[in-house]
Amino acid sequence: MRKQLLLGDEALALGALHAGLSGVYAYPGTPSTEITEYIQQSALARERNVHSDWSANEKTAMEAALGASYAGKRALVCMKHVGMNVCADAFVNSAMTGANGGLVVTACDDPSMHSSQNEQDSRFYADFAMMPCFEPATQQETYAMIQAAYEMSERRRIPILMRLTTRMAHSRAVVEVNDEARPQNEIHFPENPRQWVLLPANARVRNEQLIADYASFEDDAATMGFNQYFEGNDCSMGIITCGIAYNYLMEQFPEGCPYPVLKIQQYPLPTAMIRRLAQNWNRILVMEEGQPMVERRLVGVLPTTATISGRLDGTLPRTGELTPDSVRAAVGLEPRPELAASQVAVPRPPALCQGCGHRDFYTALNNVIAQYPTARVFSDIGCYTLGWLAPFHAFHTCVEMGASVTMSLGAALSGVHPSVAVIGDSTFTHSGMTGLLDAVNAEAPVTICISDNLTTGMTGGQDSAGTGRLEAICRGIGVKEDHVRVIVPLPKNYDEMERVIREEIEYKGVSVIIARRECIQTLKRHASQKSK
Amino acid sequence: MKQDIILCGVGGQGILSIATIIGWAALDQNLHLKQAEVHGMSQRGGDVQSNLRISDTEIFSDLIPKGECNLIVSLEPMEALRYLPYLAPDGWIITNTQPFVNIPNYPTIEAIEKELERVGRVISLDVDAIAREVKSPRSANMVLLGAAASVLKMLSPELLEQGIAHVFGRKGQALVDINIEAFRAGLNAAKK
Ligand SMILES: Cc1ncc(C[n+]2csc(CCOP(=O)(O)OP(=O)(O)O)c2C)c(N)n1
Repeated sequence: MRKQLLLGDEALALGALHAGLSGVYAYPGTPSTEITEYIQQSALARERNVHSDWSANEKTAMEAALGASYAGKRALVCMKHVGMNVCADAFVNSAMTGANGGLVVTACDDPSMHSSQNEQDSRFYADFAMMPCFEPATQQETYAMIQAAYEMSERRRIPILMRLTTRMAHSRAVVEVNDEARPQNEIHFPENPRQWVLLPANARVRNEQLIADYASFEDDAATMGFNQYFEGNDCSMGIITCGIAYNYLMEQFPEGCPYPVLKIQQYPLPTAMIRRLAQNWNRILVMEEGQPMVERRLVGVLPTTATISGRLDGTLPRTGELTPDSVRAAVGLEPRPELAASQVAVPRPPALCQGCGHRDFYTALNNVIAQYPTARVFSDIGCYTLGWLAPFHAFHTCVEMGASVTMSLGAALSGVHPSVAVIGDSTFTHSGMTGLLDAVNAEAPVTICISDNLTTGMTGGQDSAGTGRLEAICRGIGVKEDHVRVIVPLPKNYDEMERVIREEIEYKGVSVIIARRECIQTLKRHASQKSK
Repeated sequence: MKQDIILCGVGGQGILSIATIIGWAALDQNLHLKQAEVHGMSQRGGDVQSNLRISDTEIFSDLIPKGECNLIVSLEPMEALRYLPYLAPDGWIITNTQPFVNIPNYPTIEAIEKELERVGRVISLDVDAIAREVKSPRSANMVLLGAAASVLKMLSPELLEQGIAHVFGRKGQALVDINIEAFRAGLNAAKK
């Protein structure tokens, strides 16, 4: 055993490697990115030839990992919470095929939306896919739990969802880790090959089996030791904590919590343990990070004798991550004395870097668009989303990855002109390409601008799947050769850039303008690597 | 014994290397440590902070409760003010005096100074100037760490210097020396 200082993300990555991982399949996204990056830099992973290149998106990642599991290997999928929407088809159906080699899907949720567009709670995905879900409270538990998850995945032949939230993913603590790693699996194929062919006749049989297995997943949740019941002397209420909520509760009671506590870290919900808590106390306080999933389950629809408190009745805030302060108020303790917030400290929103090519692209685009009062600009997710803020105010929408292309298509088909999309290179290969095919087939008058900084900038500069091949991809999809244009976003080129943008807006078909200049952050990094 | 520290500044200023060195030292002393970092969107020139908790007993929350922070260490004067509700009644602020102005409505220096006076227990240093004086202009964050070492009860300056040697060691002895010199300059300036 040795001690290391690890982020929750890193503890998960190292635990997976020590469990005999053969491949991590992932698309970057805060707060999940560091899991894959840790494996990419790990000597053990290199020695063992663990696959760790980035996938094009979360769906391709999930499917590749399922293929690895089919081949008998242990595989890991990582993404931020909204990635679950992208891979949902593969994810939900992977419960139907089941796992052969251990398969763990890690979703990192971002309550309070530090770097995200919504607050969705990934536990719901596990619930409706009928999959077990793990939710650790400490970095040490994360390390242990991922190993237990692989063991369970193979024992029960089911993929498992690991849910982390921002403060677990991005917080560092001392973790005691093993010196040795379990060997990797040899190739071996599923015992029940029918289950992997989800024709309705096979799927119906499998569905019955999965429902029956689900009961055994609940047995595991009661016996594997991650869900714990702690007795308490104060009978006025019982407390249920999920994941890291336990830490905020214990922060209030360093000498021990006076109330009985059920610490939940593994789902399906351990119903017998919940009943035990409810038998004795007629008020139950539920603390969970994210959406009130457990609380709503307990409240139900029909009247009960117990009072259930949590996010729904206002004992805790309805939205946002839990904090030691909101939990303190929820257990009825006086707030600690605090200084008033300073009125002098004003917000400092993030901004595009000085010298960033997105800036020059937006400057030129804005100059052209100013001459078209009816124009609508549909943007997308990435650093370039910061172009909505001052001074650019450059676009009208930003929804989810790839939506720029298809929303501009729908708007163009509804009569909007000019209809312009702005999308980053990584976002384009993530899920803009299929939309471009729709636009080509519709022969729609849209101007698709790919602001290509040759990297996945927003998440820290990971490789981008289509680098060097964007023109070929667009032509291959069917955009006419003369309407795939490349410009270099620099102040000295404004005239030429504006001319190209204007010409393509005037063209009544699909055009793609690639504004290409390397991200200045990766440029600096590459320069300093070279000088070494 | 327990010390709760908020490290703050603007994305890109280098608060994470301060955190890494303190983390190394805490691990070396077998202390408990939790350090919540901010990655992602706000690193693009927005406000960033890291909650660092060190203790000789188990630490539960990754986040510091309001009114409990013993030390705010800031690479930027306005950012030091952002976390006042977290400062303990006897807590200290150690801040750089050089503003990082990337917003149009940045307050006046006088307003910031007045607000810091309201708190009282403040060590203000121009860490950029001190770093230039000792000929290591890129080690302003180590000057600030040195200043913080004057009140970091649980970790001695000698230990933090070992931490610097450990963290920068891979990049050569010259860089270690520059950073240790910056650290000592900060420590001496804070003692004055
Ligand atoms: C489904 C989904 N996956 C991942 C993310 C996280 N994410 C946000 S922006 C981004 C990178 C965008 O890269 P690119 O399109 O090249 O633009 P850049 O940031 O480089 O300007 C990623 C991975 C997300 N928001 N949604």
